[in-house]
Amino acid sequence: MALFLQTTFLTSSSSLRQKPRLSSWASHISSSRARTRVHAKIREIFMPALSSTMTEGKIVSWVKSEGDKLSKGESVVVVESDKADMDVETFYDGYLAAIMVEEGGVAAVGSAIALLAESQEEIEEAKSKAASSSPTPSPAPASAPVSESTTGSDSVEKAVVVVPPSTSAMASAVHPASEGGKRVVASPYAKKLAKELEVELGRVIGSGPNGRIVAKDVEAAAAVATELGSPAAKVSAAPAVQAPPGIELGSVVPFTTMQGAVSRNMLESLSVPTFRVGYTITTDALDALYKKIKSKGVTMTALLAKATALALVKHPAINSSCRDGNSFTYNSSINIAVAVAIDGGLITPVLQDADKVDIYSLSRKWKELVDKARAKQLQPQEYNTGTLTTYSQFLF
Amino acid sequence: MQSSATLSLSQSAAASTIPKSNYTVNHSLPFSPSKPINLRFCGLRREAFLGFSSLSRSQPPQSKIRSDKINSPISASLSDNGSAPKSFDYDLVIIGAGVGGHGAALHAVEKGLKTAIIEGDVIGGTCVNRGCVPSKALLAVSGRMRDLQNEHHMKALGLQVAAAGYDRQGVADHANNLATKIRNNLTNSMKALGVDILTGVGSILGPHKVQYGKLDSPGNIVTAKDIIIATGSVPFVPKGIEVDGKTVITSDHALKLESVPDWIAIVGSGYIGLEFSDVYTALGSEVTFIEALDQLMPGFDPEIGKLAQRVLINPRKIDYHTGVFATKITPAKNGKPVTIELIDAKTKEPKDTLEVDAALIATGRAPFTDGLGLDSVHVERKRGFVPVDERMRVLDFKGDPVPHLYCIGDANGKMMLAHAASAQGISVVEQLTGRDHVLNHLSIPAACFTHPEISMVGLTEPQAREKAEKEGFEVSVAKTSFKANTKALAENEGEGIAKLIYRPDNGEILGVHIFGLHAADLIHEASNAIALGTRIQDIKLAVHAHPTLSEVIDELFKSAKVKAHASGPIVNEPVAV
Repeated sequence: MALFLQTTFLTSSSSLRQKPRLSSWASHISSSRARTRVHAKIREIFMPALSSTMTEGKIVSWVKSEGDKLSKGESVVVVESDKADMDVETFYDGYLAAIMVEEGGVAAVGSAIALLAESQEEIEEAKSKAASSSPTPSPAPASAPVSESTTGSDSVEKAVVVVPPSTSAMASAVHPASEGGKRVVASPYAKKLAKELEVELGRVIGSGPNGRIVAKDVEAAAAVATELGSPAAKVSAAPAVQAPPGIELGSVVPFTTMQGAVSRNMLESLSVPTFRVGYTITTDALDALYKKIKSKGVTMTALLAKATALALVKHPAINSSCRDGNSFTYNSSINIAVAVAIDGGLITPVLQDADKVDIYSLSRKWKELVDKARAKQLQPQEYNTGTLTTYSQFLF
Repeated sequence: MQSSATLSLSQSAAASTIPKSNYTVNHSLPFSPSKPINLRFCGLRREAFLGFSSLSRSQPPQSKIRSDKINSPISASLSDNGSAPKSFDYDLVIIGAGVGGHGAALHAVEKGLKTAIIEGDVIGGTCVNRGCVPSKALLAVSGRMRDLQNEHHMKALGLQVAAAGYDRQGVADHANNLATKIRNNLTNSMKALGVDILTGVGSILGPHKVQYGKLDSPGNIVTAKDIIIATGSVPFVPKGIEVDGKTVITSDHALKLESVPDWIAIVGSGYIGLEFSDVYTALGSEVTFIEALDQLMPGFDPEIGKLAQRVLINPRKIDYHTGVFATKITPAKNGKPVTIELIDAKTKEPKDTLEVDAALIATGRAPFTDGLGLDSVHVERKRGFVPVDERMRVLDFKGDPVPHLYCIGDANGKMMLAHAASAQGISVVEQLTGRDHVLNHLSIPAACFTHPEISMVGLTEPQAREKAEKEGFEVSVAKTSFKANTKALAENEGEGIAKLIYRPDNGEILGVHIFGLHAADLIHEASNAIALGTRIQDIKLAVHAHPTLSEVIDELFKSAKVKAHASGPIVNEPVAV
């Protein structure tokens, strides 16, 4: 279902780079409007930058179809950034004349992904322009978003990065169906989950009536940890093969946006000065406390985050960052980010003001963040405002 | 749909007034058709809420009706007691005590007619016992369940709800008790007003003669000046589908809620199937729709249908197969699940086989008109429906109205909705008591009680554009979103739109469609306007309380751009209290 309704362009306060970009883009549009021919009212819909680190985005789904009327502020498309899925709205009234990047396709931030015609007559014109533009693939820009000079020109001859739909969804030809070659029987929710979690239904054994695949079977198959195991097939003697979600050996599969971001950030981190410390801590007191409040829904993750936050109160230097090589920037709040593995990669939901929030609220908040992270519904301020990041070996 | 068959007279292109659509004549003398009168025989909207295209082409050419027949019903009812017809037992006998019959009976008594009503099963008919009433009870439960289980929604309001659960029998009892209560209310209301309730299956023996009693046994005979057939409809089960009442069910069984299956396939994605999917998914089932047409919810305005799909189907545990027929459905037996064989609707090739826990057949309703004795009055049914004209007069095989015989409600197939049936009944009684009346079906609203609700009145956008092309006028569309409404946002239910289809030249409202919270209640401003012929410019300055959901409609009217001006002075006189 459609996710969030806020405008996408202004995300967290830390991504300062976007604001000037937006206003210059907007002003450039108005100046270009003055300078282009009066009757050409075909605008481009751009791939927006949804975070300061985003360089390209993948189209998850088109909310509107070609020919639909658009009103300013209406959601047009859902885009997957390196962190979450966001609704993109249109800034103009008009008609969605042509979709230039299809669902599953990838486009660089700032490049055109669709054309918006102001009136219905221009739809045809826009369509033909879109068709005739030569899609010369340009390398995905590694750093800054596309410069403003490429926006607003008589638009359509621009190069557009059109990548064929990502093949990371295992697209092999024939998969052996379970239950001796019969068709796959899966419940509606199981089918939805399988699509979302990219699980090949043919390789899941069903635990429902008559070997039907139900939702929890799909979730089990998608889970990273294999100890979660597969429920024993009671009714029908189905072959008990628990294959990992269809990785085809020997194939080359491009990264998803998230995997790409993780890889880039990891590489970047290699250039940061590091200092490693190991310390053994006896956790008797911690274990005792955990036992006491575990029943109230408190997890070890929340406890560790709280403990870390309290420690940071006493040592603000650890909660600071160095941006220019010359000075400490002491962060005004203690936001503990905890790395979470989700299907397809990694994300760091943030427990804001972890020193100030009580342990119970912290646990509740953590649970909520994890659910949202798994559903790829985290808001930018929920994942990029961390001042200290931790990793946890504890499952939630 | 049929475009409105306007009479020769009066309607100029940029009419300064739109005639009132439900036209009544307030004098008792028969009128001659040559006199110019603003009469409007409005078209029928058949597609809405018919699971299958049903309507007969029984409408005879207009001229036939216009001839002397028009005098007879009016003059007959005018004759006072004491002249020839005084030997009738009753002024009016109604066969069928459902919503249609009940509505007609109450109105008849109010107008002074001696009335009897025949019922062979339960008072209240489908609506009360197997339709509207129990389904709304179940939908109320499902609405609440959905709210309580929507953790995200609750959290946004700052609420914490422990895991909500339900007791199936408790839910079923709520529906049953409600049906019983309403049934008793209906019965008592008729008794209190002096309507004779005759028990038994009714059939027509000849003009003015009705028999009632147990099936196939000689029953009692009553005579009446006028007879109304209001026998209603039953769920239609296509051939090849075996209904066992437990695992393969129709809406009749489903409303008893004897079980909540894990996975239920619903054949038919019209409003009945849609409402049931709402109930079942809220109670924890998963649903698969099987739809013969290429699109789900074919009867709705396509834009509404698309949004409805986004909200009511995609995020729920529902999947669907379109463009397929279920040719064979076998109930569950010996541990085997219900099996459904699907074929492609166009190529008829086998497409798939589903194995589910239960199947609900929601492919529309068939008229219940067997054994009515229509042969005795030379009436031929068209696919089970009783052919009628726009005054609900039954037509014989030649196309002439049978004197003193009417048919209302589902049995005639014009508009298979409860309130349409009672409106038709009232229309007939009006005619019987001296006022000619033609019901404008385009002013009758319809609603689907999913969460959020869907409602509509008038034409869909494609229908309006088709009419516009044929008749040469422009059509405009205005839309507002519930996202802009304070009350909706306060409830955190901002998902929804309202759509107005209108004529920008004269401000006529062609259709209004609403999808959102309380849509079923909000539609009436629009349906009233259409019924009274009110135009947008006359209504757009009316004040709506703030903050209410009705402001969505207010915004809708205000956003319409009409070239004509408001007629008449704006009334600003102080109201004496």
